[in-house]
Amino acid sequence: MDDGQVNELMRTLAPRVLGVLVRRGADFATAEDAVQEALIEAVRHWPGNLPDEPKAWLLRVAGRKLIDAQRAEAARRRREERVHDEPASGPTEQSDDTLLLLSRCCHPALSPASAIALTLRAVGGLTTAQIARAFLVPEATMAQRISRAKRTITGERFDAPGDVRAVLHVLYLIFNEGFTGEISLADEAIRLTRQLVAAAARDAVDIADPEVSGLLALMLLHHARRAARYNASGELISLDQQDRSLWDTAMIAEGVDVLQGALAGDRLGPYQAQAAIAALHDDAPTAEETDWTQILEWYDELTRLADSPVVALNRAVAVGQVDGPRAGLAVLADVDPKLARWDAVAAHLYERADDAAQAIRHYTIAADRATSLFERTHLMKQAARLRTQQQ
Amino acid sequence: MAKYLLLKHYRHNGPAPVPGTEVMMDQWTPEEITAHIDYMSRFAGRLTERGEFVSEGALLPEGTFVRYDGEGRPPVTDGPFAETKDLIAGYMIIDVESQERAYEAAAELSAAPGQGGRPLYEWLEVRPFFAELQATAE
Repeated sequence: MDDGQVNELMRTLAPRVLGVLVRRGADFATAEDAVQEALIEAVRHWPGNLPDEPKAWLLRVAGRKLIDAQRAEAARRRREERVHDEPASGPTEQSDDTLLLLSRCCHPALSPASAIALTLRAVGGLTTAQIARAFLVPEATMAQRISRAKRTITGERFDAPGDVRAVLHVLYLIFNEGFTGEISLADEAIRLTRQLVAAAARDAVDIADPEVSGLLALMLLHHARRAARYNASGELISLDQQDRSLWDTAMIAEGVDVLQGALAGDRLGPYQAQAAIAALHDDAPTAEETDWTQILEWYDELTRLADSPVVALNRAVAVGQVDGPRAGLAVLADVDPKLARWDAVAAHLYERADDAAQAIRHYTIAADRATSLFERTHLMKQAARLRTQQQ
Repeated sequence: MAKYLLLKHYRHNGPAPVPGTEVMMDQWTPEEITAHIDYMSRFAGRLTERGEFVSEGALLPEGTFVRYDGEGRPPVTDGPFAETKDLIAGYMIIDVESQERAYEAAAELSAAPGQGGRPLYEWLEVRPFFAELQATAE
């Protein structure tokens, strides 16, 4: 095993060990610290000297760390030793704690930022330093965010999994953080969602919600386009301009597979509907061949399932493709113009309606209102392109 | 080593722009915009390689003034002010050997290509940070 594989193994085992400790009754925050300390020991010992049973090793060391931590608190000592003295994990301990852990980390009492940080550490097995770098904040800041999150959920009961929808929302937010630094948060989100899907498959009774697979499909079907989304200068490339030969066909195939499995569950939800839209885009060999009629049908479905201004905005784009840009603009007129991307959609529709002057005007306003530098540059260039064409 | 803040302004009360460089980016061609962005990212890369890069950020044009308004009361806001005389567009913090090197880096940033691929000759504000108190200082 090379260092990368050892690291991968540790990250897979960490949440399982944490799950065992928590299920045995250990306090979540203390157990999470103990697992982190055990991982530090593993980093020191495992490369070149991998134990025969890595999970048992990690559990033993984490259990010892837990006892060390608890010794200082005499009042709790007896309970923790009982935890430690329980027999090593047998077959029943292989049952999955992924959802249990995830639902604690994504507890509704936590702010999204806290839930994200805690999830990445306790279930994702990332170090505080890695999470801090991914979010471009100092390590001490991230360490505080995590320990505040742990304090918030201290005392919450740990015996039953919480709301799986809250977990899905946090995973979706992690995915949307993207992949800018050394840690790709999109990849982390996919990894965590895969774990949840696998847990759902093993434990079909509790979390047989097709939205779990729906979210995984949505992530895969978007992530498959990542190589085409930015050019060498790091500029955003819109879907219709992307080099589709760069799309990850294996990931698309997997995403479609996962989506079909979810849709077979016959319990449609917003993630499945969004995944279906992504699948239709991925399925088109060229932008012109996109099946906009079906996409519009899915937007109608999505509107029924989870109406929101953002959905309405995207639906206007689909209407523009199916019934023409003027029809799209008519739909857009009923969408809240305060939305950040409203002017970008208006510009796109005016351009397709051959009204370059209005398109330039809206691209320029959209660039001014853009909330990311990527988008701002992209929109400014759209205005520049039209201006150049006019001359 | 000493830290310097390089400030990029949307507009400022400083020296007048070099003639022929007043055209804003939204009037450039797409290729000129790409060339500019390429240059900026290579510049940050060169500073990182030299061990001089600390951080950078770009700011939205609009800002709001905010202040305390007494116990239990919500903050008072004023603005947004889009028409102020001075607006910061972005910043970069570098950690360099000397003031001379800080100016050199700022000049390199100022040479980023603009319209027609010509250098922007943009005025950048260079502000030194207060240093840490040295252990030997009495």
